[in-house]
Amino acid sequence: MNFITASSAIREQRVFQNHHEIFRDTQLVLDDFLLATYQALAIDYPKFYKMDRSSQLGFLASEVLLRENIIQSYSHESVALVLANAHASLDTDLRFYESMKSAASPALFVYTLPNIVAGEISIRNRIKGENAFFVTPAFEPHTMSLYVDTVLEKPQTQACIAGWIDVLHGHYDVFLYLVEKEKRGLSLDHKPEELTTLYQQYYGTVDGRSEKTDH
Amino acid sequence: MLTNRPDTLKSRVHVAGVGVISAIGVSVNETLQAFQHYRSGIGPINFLNTAHQHSLPVGEVKLSNDQLEKKLGVKPNLTRTALLGIHAARQAVAHARVKISNWRSGLISATTVGGMDKTENFFSEFLQDTQRGNLHDVVNHECGKSTMLIADDLGIHGFLSTVNTACSSSVNAIMLGARLITQGMLDVVVAGGSDALTKFTLNGFNSLMILDGEPCRPFDATRNGLNLGEGAGFVVLVSDRVHEQESLDSLALVSGFANTNDAFHQTASSPDGRGPYSAMEQALKTSGLTTADIHYINLHGTGTLNNDLSEGTAVKRLFGEHLPALSSTKAFTGHTLGASGGIEAVFSVMSLMHQSVWPNLRFAEAMPELGIVPQKTVEQMSVKNVMSNSFGFGGNCSSIILSKA
Amino acid sequence: MEQLMADLKKQIIEALNLKHLKPEDIGDDQPLFVEGLGLDSIDALELIVLLQQKYKVKLANPQDGPTIFKSVKTMAEFIRANQPA
Repeated sequence: MNFITASSAIREQRVFQNHHEIFRDTQLVLDDFLLATYQALAIDYPKFYKMDRSSQLGFLASEVLLRENIIQSYSHESVALVLANAHASLDTDLRFYESMKSAASPALFVYTLPNIVAGEISIRNRIKGENAFFVTPAFEPHTMSLYVDTVLEKPQTQACIAGWIDVLHGHYDVFLYLVEKEKRGLSLDHKPEELTTLYQQYYGTVDGRSEKTDH
Repeated sequence: MLTNRPDTLKSRVHVAGVGVISAIGVSVNETLQAFQHYRSGIGPINFLNTAHQHSLPVGEVKLSNDQLEKKLGVKPNLTRTALLGIHAARQAVAHARVKISNWRSGLISATTVGGMDKTENFFSEFLQDTQRGNLHDVVNHECGKSTMLIADDLGIHGFLSTVNTACSSSVNAIMLGARLITQGMLDVVVAGGSDALTKFTLNGFNSLMILDGEPCRPFDATRNGLNLGEGAGFVVLVSDRVHEQESLDSLALVSGFANTNDAFHQTASSPDGRGPYSAMEQALKTSGLTTADIHYINLHGTGTLNNDLSEGTAVKRLFGEHLPALSSTKAFTGHTLGASGGIEAVFSVMSLMHQSVWPNLRFAEAMPELGIVPQKTVEQMSVKNVMSNSFGFGGNCSSIILSKA
Repeated sequence: MEQLMADLKKQIIEALNLKHLKPEDIGDDQPLFVEGLGLDSIDALELIVLLQQKYKVKLANPQDGPTIFKSVKTMAEFIRANQPA
């Protein structure tokens, strides 16, 4: 049995660490909210400004998740990263496409792949273990827990950051969690039922899908 | 739930069938002919309507969408990615001769482009006038839709998943398929990927200034970038039980694989190739093989200054002075992005089937930093284990080992 | 030259999303890459696009980037030397 030991979420201009809201600014539009969150968390990482929305959301959620240096004891190769979303990199694809009208922007093109956010999180935290990115219509606790358990079967892998980082225009949904082999922190059994409850607790939707997301 | 089977009960993963379409052929046989005759598929752009038509060589599949539709007998207006994917996946299933409906089956497909080829046409009209543009062009845009179209065509209704991890996508799809079979979750998995050429990717890669205005020269001292390509490659993976009960061929075994993150830059590889090294090393560990057991490496070898030096450094560090035969087949096909892992897995299986290794075209001079001389000719030799590398943007590094059954 | 450098600073900040900086934060001779502003290879490509779009100056070989983009001053000098009449 593996255990969910920590979680973070960003929804409706509110930031959560485990079960606590740690920051909110519901007056701001998404881009301004992301900057405000970055400043509120007192992070010093200028590369943040160049990231697209998906990477900014994922980066901030991972900063919150890993705030108390909870993966510090693991070697870089032993931490894996498994992410998924519904809209791939469409939010940035559209902006890149716009840029093609005058001159294709290399800085935007770099982000026209959904797994770049995994790259950004890995670079920031020096995570060198296995990483995967799936595109599914909604967050799928069964598939995710199956995959993460499989990844953790490998003796070299000791922990896995997993979750959902989805954004399109102003609508987004970010949920990250840490799975370890030892029971600590949140101490939840890593099972689809526990994952579903954790995912929904910030929301209260039935199938985990935001009513606001356009598909 | 995982069954956590002890190793002795875990099924081996057989490759029972393969299918491929790329710039060098619409079938495995055509591909073999191209290899044996050193016939590259890189040339001027023919079908894609782009401003770069006369300046950037690509590895284009030599069939138009109309021709693909007719060949496949599918309804009109499917995206090129879906057409290429259906073509290769059907081939793989036919080759395997497996009755999919008898078993717990899955399709894991990978794509980075999805339906972008049609969507970008829609957008150029729509942006000028929101009343224009054919909505049929955008319904198949999402990456997941490409997977569904292939699944519908094959009649697979069980497990479906879509992977998008840039250039390592389809080999990651194959890895997931192998795991599901090993764990006893599925009996048959069709796994691989498809990507079509689009203005989006052509302009994007051009903005990164890593495209070569000439046919690419992977691992050569004078290499100057990559050529984009398109295509699809799928394998049919089956468990021991399916292999026995249906008396299927075992063209290869998936004997090892690994995935790591380079954690260096969004798009460039670390100069010392740490991520690639780690992926290859771990793939060997999971297979129980040593470097001496690998007879051929199908390199990622895009032809960019960065990748080839990084990958070459990692290969040399791992294999030392005793390098196996190695080559990049991207000199034949171009860089087929999300499909490259799947296409090159098929090329690796072909290497085992025909006990041959494929050449690295247009190589003249070794990189001075490394002195690696890739395979220059098609050569028949004893090939028992093939390693195939795929490294994607986002630092995603994958390496898979396929072995003679 | 002064005006060109002032304009460049504003354009660089906008093109590279350097939201945490103001034009006066960038020195004329301050190294842009590695130390200094800590720009990377993708930023260099964006600067190539900037040169082309705003000043009609083409940089065919990205390897020349490090010398030309060393500082705002070297960029301005390059533009002056190569701008079409």
